[in-house]
Amino acid sequence: MTKIVNNRAWFFVLPVFATVAFSAILPLMTVVNYSVQDTFGNNQFFWNGIGWFQELLDPSSQLGEQFLSSLLRTLLFSFIILMIEIPLGIAVALAMPREGWTVALCLVLMALPLLIPWNVVGTIWQVFARGDIGLLGWIVNRLGIDYNYTGDALDAWITIIVMDVWHWTSLVALLCYAGLKSIPDAYYQAARIDGASRWAVFRTIQLPKMRRVLLIAVLLRFMDSFMIYTEPFVLTGGGPGNATTFLSIDLVKLALGQFDLGKAAAMSLVYNLIILAVCWVFYTVMTNVDAERERVEA
Amino acid sequence: MSGTIAVGPTDVKPVAGSMAANRALSGPRVNGRVVVMTLYLLFLMLPIYWLVNMSLKTNTEITSGLTLWPREITFDNYVKIFTDESWYSGYINSLTYVIINTVLSISFALPAAYAFSRYRFLGDKHLFFWLLTNRMAPPAVFALPFFNLYSAIGLFDTPWAVALAHCLFNVPLAVWILEGFMSGVPREIDETAAIDGYSFPRFFIKIFMPLIASGVGVAAFFCFMFSWVELLLARTLTSVTAKPIAATMTRTVSASGMDWGLLAAAGVLTILPGALVIWFVRNYIAKGFALGRV
Repeated sequence: MTKIVNNRAWFFVLPVFATVAFSAILPLMTVVNYSVQDTFGNNQFFWNGIGWFQELLDPSSQLGEQFLSSLLRTLLFSFIILMIEIPLGIAVALAMPREGWTVALCLVLMALPLLIPWNVVGTIWQVFARGDIGLLGWIVNRLGIDYNYTGDALDAWITIIVMDVWHWTSLVALLCYAGLKSIPDAYYQAARIDGASRWAVFRTIQLPKMRRVLLIAVLLRFMDSFMIYTEPFVLTGGGPGNATTFLSIDLVKLALGQFDLGKAAAMSLVYNLIILAVCWVFYTVMTNVDAERERVEA
Repeated sequence: MSGTIAVGPTDVKPVAGSMAANRALSGPRVNGRVVVMTLYLLFLMLPIYWLVNMSLKTNTEITSGLTLWPREITFDNYVKIFTDESWYSGYINSLTYVIINTVLSISFALPAAYAFSRYRFLGDKHLFFWLLTNRMAPPAVFALPFFNLYSAIGLFDTPWAVALAHCLFNVPLAVWILEGFMSGVPREIDETAAIDGYSFPRFFIKIFMPLIASGVGVAAFFCFMFSWVELLLARTLTSVTAKPIAATMTRTVSASGMDWGLLAAAGVLTILPGALVIWFVRNYIAKGFALGRV
């Protein structure tokens, strides 16, 4: 659709701009302010320049080491999550029934975990995975496997990953299903005439058609797993030790637990810059895909 | 793609081949798909079943041993939540800020989404991207500055603080979803209405709004949902009077140990609102999660 150039449209956008600026720019400026100052308490601040940033990005300092390890931990977590949830989501979308009342039933049941408050998700798994009163922990222990997510780092990781797969795979599946539904029957008929294999149909018809939704799925899953806080906080509290202390948990501990304003602010800004950079890459790719599609359709 | 479509009849393989193709198109066997789907849904439902199961048990039964079904169904946990003010006020608080936030987000987002779907203006693409980045911003980054900001303006521990804070990600989300729906309405409708002598506000309310009613419903649902599931900001910005239910749940530890049954019952009650409305948006749910871009 061609759009009219009209700068007065800004008046329509103004309320949104004002609200989001109030809740985004204003707080961010406070963060910037804190990040270059140090305090002795009693609200007495003095200029500290880029000191906090230097400390944060220097892996040999204590803060730098802590930041680097939780950053790597978070990246590893996001990577594992994407590796599991994207293929599994595609598989589930392909397994969706084509028609009938089961479609609606599957959609509703699949969406259910997405609508549960995040700390309740944590609570559900906290209970479900316990060795004494939880079904999962009890069964795993009965199978002779020593499993204890509060004591063992690996068990904690596995539990958090399974929890996240449980929580968010449906999102990937729903997006892929929406992409699959947009494929006209004629494509499948053509493939049938060709005698295309199941794999060929997937590679040449279904996957290209899902490219756009998959992009969105990867973006959302990366972002949300990169800033995960509530679920692991409820489940493991970042432990055992620091094994599951992700970036957000670390940051909140620093900011609201220890009130280490300067350090927390510097960390917030670096964290936000990473998010911004990733966002920009995805947005550029997404607009390019859109433009390409419009060119193909035109 | 083009290579595979351009085939002559000579390429069609005889019976055995086309049967293989038929089978290939409907999956290896219909059963294979049913198995995958059933296993997946089972995986999704098991933890929820366990929560419901626990909420109907007494604490002695929960701690004394594993039972797949409550031996004696008790509704005491639910009764306690509905009669104890410190419990049910949590639900009221949560619902208050969620509703304020939904109304605010939608009413701000409507004109903006119209502008994005109909006009090009200075900085529109940058603004759209900036909105997206706010949907992606980690709440952990904003927890401390929000705490300072809302304390400074005297809104701390009120539903308004949480409602405004959640606008950070819900307003952009609503703009993105609504823009997607509005772009589906042909602009000829706007022009015809203008020729027919409709003023812009009348056109927007009388003609345009009914056309995008489903979009407004979907956007409202998603604002409701994301405000409902978020806890970090909600907990940081409240202490006593506006405490959300999700935060109330963290204090089920008592002198006699964890009150598991009560915790489970409270959890079940937080799942219900989502489960109730999900039916109405089931066909749009992918669109909502995809920020209106499907």
